[in-house]
Amino acid sequence: MQFPILSIIVFTPITAAVLLQLIPSERMTEIRVTALAAAFFAMFLSAWVYFSYDAGAGGYQFVEKYDWLPVLGISYHVGVDGISAPLVLLTGVVMFTGVLISWGIDDRPREFFTFLFILATGVFGVFVALDLFGLFFFYEIAVFPMYLLIAIWGWKVTREYAAMKLTLYLFIGSVIALVGGLAMYFASGLNTFDMLALENANFSREFQIFWFPFVFFGFAVLGGIFPFHNWSPDGHVAAPTAVSMFHAGVLMKLGAFAALRVGIMLLPEGAQFHLPWIILLALVNVVYGAYIAMVQTDFKYVIGFSSVSHMGLVMIGFATLTREGFIGAGVQMFSHGIMTALFFAVVGMVYDRAHTREIPELGGFARAMPLVAVAFIIGGLVSMGMPGFSGFIAEFPIFMGLWNYRPWIAIVAAISIVITASYIIRIIGSVFFGDMPEQFVGHIGDVTALDKVALVVLCVIMVSVGVYPSVMVPIVESGVNGVLALLGGV
Amino acid sequence: MNFIANNLLTLILFIPTLVAGVLVFLPSQEKKLIRWVAFLGSLIPLALAIFLWINFNRGQAGFQFEEHFVWYAAINSTYHLGVDGLSLTMVLLTTLLTPVSILASYSIEDRVKPYMILFLLLETGMLGVFLSLDLLLFFVFWEIGLVPMYFLINQWGSEKGEREIWGGRKIQARTYASFKFIIYTMGGSLGLLLATQMLGVVAGTFDMPLLFERWTALSGALFGLPIGTVKAIAFWAFVVAFAIKVPVWPFHTWLPDAHTEAPTAGSMILAGVLLKLGAYGFLRLVLPLYPEEARYYAGALAFLATMAIIFGAFASYGQDDFKRLVAYSSVNHMGFVVLGIAAAAFAAGTEDAVIALNGAVLQMFNHGISAAGMFFLVGVIYERTHTRDLNDFGGLFPLIPVYGGILMFTSMASLGLPGLNGFISEFLVVRGAWPIFTVYTALSMLGLLFTGAYILKGIKKTLHGPLNEAWMGRISEINLREIIVMAPLLVLMLWIGVWPAWILDVINRAMAMFF
Repeated sequence: MQFPILSIIVFTPITAAVLLQLIPSERMTEIRVTALAAAFFAMFLSAWVYFSYDAGAGGYQFVEKYDWLPVLGISYHVGVDGISAPLVLLTGVVMFTGVLISWGIDDRPREFFTFLFILATGVFGVFVALDLFGLFFFYEIAVFPMYLLIAIWGWKVTREYAAMKLTLYLFIGSVIALVGGLAMYFASGLNTFDMLALENANFSREFQIFWFPFVFFGFAVLGGIFPFHNWSPDGHVAAPTAVSMFHAGVLMKLGAFAALRVGIMLLPEGAQFHLPWIILLALVNVVYGAYIAMVQTDFKYVIGFSSVSHMGLVMIGFATLTREGFIGAGVQMFSHGIMTALFFAVVGMVYDRAHTREIPELGGFARAMPLVAVAFIIGGLVSMGMPGFSGFIAEFPIFMGLWNYRPWIAIVAAISIVITASYIIRIIGSVFFGDMPEQFVGHIGDVTALDKVALVVLCVIMVSVGVYPSVMVPIVESGVNGVLALLGGV
Repeated sequence: MNFIANNLLTLILFIPTLVAGVLVFLPSQEKKLIRWVAFLGSLIPLALAIFLWINFNRGQAGFQFEEHFVWYAAINSTYHLGVDGLSLTMVLLTTLLTPVSILASYSIEDRVKPYMILFLLLETGMLGVFLSLDLLLFFVFWEIGLVPMYFLINQWGSEKGEREIWGGRKIQARTYASFKFIIYTMGGSLGLLLATQMLGVVAGTFDMPLLFERWTALSGALFGLPIGTVKAIAFWAFVVAFAIKVPVWPFHTWLPDAHTEAPTAGSMILAGVLLKLGAYGFLRLVLPLYPEEARYYAGALAFLATMAIIFGAFASYGQDDFKRLVAYSSVNHMGFVVLGIAAAAFAAGTEDAVIALNGAVLQMFNHGISAAGMFFLVGVIYERTHTRDLNDFGGLFPLIPVYGGILMFTSMASLGLPGLNGFISEFLVVRGAWPIFTVYTALSMLGLLFTGAYILKGIKKTLHGPLNEAWMGRISEINLREIIVMAPLLVLMLWIGVWPAWILDVINRAMAMFF
């Protein structure tokens, strides 16, 4: 029997969460070290999976399958393809760096890490699930701890509102998607939830066209698609730093990924029918999201809306239904996850010291924390799609896909690049450079060594992918070939 | 040795990055050490570039020292480097000006480490543009060079000066200038980015030699439009991006601000090399990719170039700020480069076209040398007097005779005095363009009159006239380090002026073969 590496990855966080319960809650150092060890282990294994994934062979690898409820056709079936392998790595990295920068949480760290790890198990589970039931199962596990994490540890001003809004949005979305999933289960007549079987179920065209919007939008809500995006900036802002990182870095990918896996891959004809108008919504995401980000004065809201804008590019990449578009969207999910995790980490570090996030009130932080400034600048360059960084590697093929599909959309979407550049430059200028306001002078210390490790890890990944795209693109490409085969070689 | 010869271009390209990486690990208090590591490190690419120049086979057509590696296989983009006579000249210019500028920045005391790191990264960015033979790679380096330049202006620019923006809010002039610089150039490159994507999609490759064949051979319709329309749009997308960088009138307004606010060495590189990127883009990409469109619109381009020459000279004459005066002179001088290119585009294949191109490329090199020198000399006097207002100077020649002599010499080279480098290139441009665009060339000759006027104004206001007593005993002579900075530039000005054959031979063969 093959080594069940994916199961170990999925269940490492939740096992660690259980172990944490055994440690008395006042022994904070032990709790933190245990959490860090578990996170490192998960990251190590996910990197292992990523680097040993054979891009030449493609398809689903590291597959494990056990019967779970055979009467209903439910099985525990996991595996990764070229699209999910980078996302598993992403989750591992965000989990590890998230624990690192949450070191300073003093308010009930044991419970905090417990919920965070339950969340992580859910996320890993969705990315590796090959069974529709399993996917929904893990999906709900991922959404639920979010509510507690935001409501308990969040920003005092808006946490209840934001937690409620986020949870309701996502639950409604997932219920709608679940209805679609059940419809597929019954219509297929195969008595199975196995997605590999459902891929070949030959649903009728009418069925696909009717049910595609349910499944796609149900998940795309979590991906932040316009006009269902407005839970996301509120949620990002209210969440504590590590949760924002997870939330924007990984959870939004969950939505996009599930929309691809369940929506586009299982209902390809529906996708071909509906995506031509969905791409317009995604275009609104990209341009309008960037514009809203530009006019925000709260540092964290800027980043929150920039996520809306960047996730729009992922949706656009899917909607082109071209090889380049899918490749770009796959890389963009990874790149944006790393970048936005970095952004939220930086926002958290600034906020912890300044106790304000109003951009005009900040200034001159580069002198107090130079490495943070450099990291934010690198993240900013990724965000504006600067060549040499991972954002460019992701966005360029998406635009090429658009040229194959609707050239005018490429031209309109390109406006967002300049808007993004302008708000990123504005933030860099007014938060990190310029004169430091008097009340901060002498009170702002540098970040801890652990924070620095987290930032360096994130930066190195973004630059590596940007300089040498071959570390990621061939893997994503092999996954894309699988998607294109289902789409009938579009 | 074999390793060096086989990977020569990669080494030239990435040694600056490598040195920057070394600098990261040096302690930031050790300013002296950092300066010397940066300076000596930047001499390595220069040595390699000279090695390249010597081993370059002048008679051979096409690109040499090519390197080809997989880079972004999914969209058929490769890491493809190579040089011909055109890029070789530019590589020599870049690798020469970088150590010179680093030496010129020894007076920087504030945050030396990040400054030097940014400077070396900037060198990689600029060299990458000249060495790339893959359109996507070209774009990568094209954009990446903006970032270090932005921070150099934004952080180490002149501290004085304010600009009013919308709503009456005042911001530092360097913040304004750097923002304008990056948004202007990024906005301008947007068309280039879109056109690059489109070319990649249509031709299925980004490799320049392949693109030149496939793209020009296209016919029929594209995206529901006639191919001619698509090509014309893409042509203008390219032209605008490059014209902003050159800059061609009326896209030049970022330049006086950026040049004036940048630190001395930043201005040297900005005027010396960065402006050449735009002109290089015209020669390397626009002419081969869009020969018909370039021919069709050459008249418009020549018109803009003439306007740049005339207005640049007028604007320069009108300045009281010494640095701004030199900045506008760049608009004036780069106008000749564009005029030469426009003429060549119109009459491609004729002997006049080759002469005009020779002039344009040599002018790129010459302007790089003399503009860098002029900006440095402005910086030298600014460091001593903390003013750039020409009306504050006057009669300084007796106080600082050596500086005065060097300033005169450099100004004359910039003015185009026969016997110095500027004359050769401007003469070639005019000689080549005259039969092709007689009226525009004649008008630009009038502009040349004003070139003389503003240069004499600069000299007169600083060196001659009644002595401004305030500087008696308060201004010191140019020092040895500064003379060493100027020395290679002065030598080249004279050398090219007296015996231009060594460089023209390389340029001429490249131009004759390429077009």
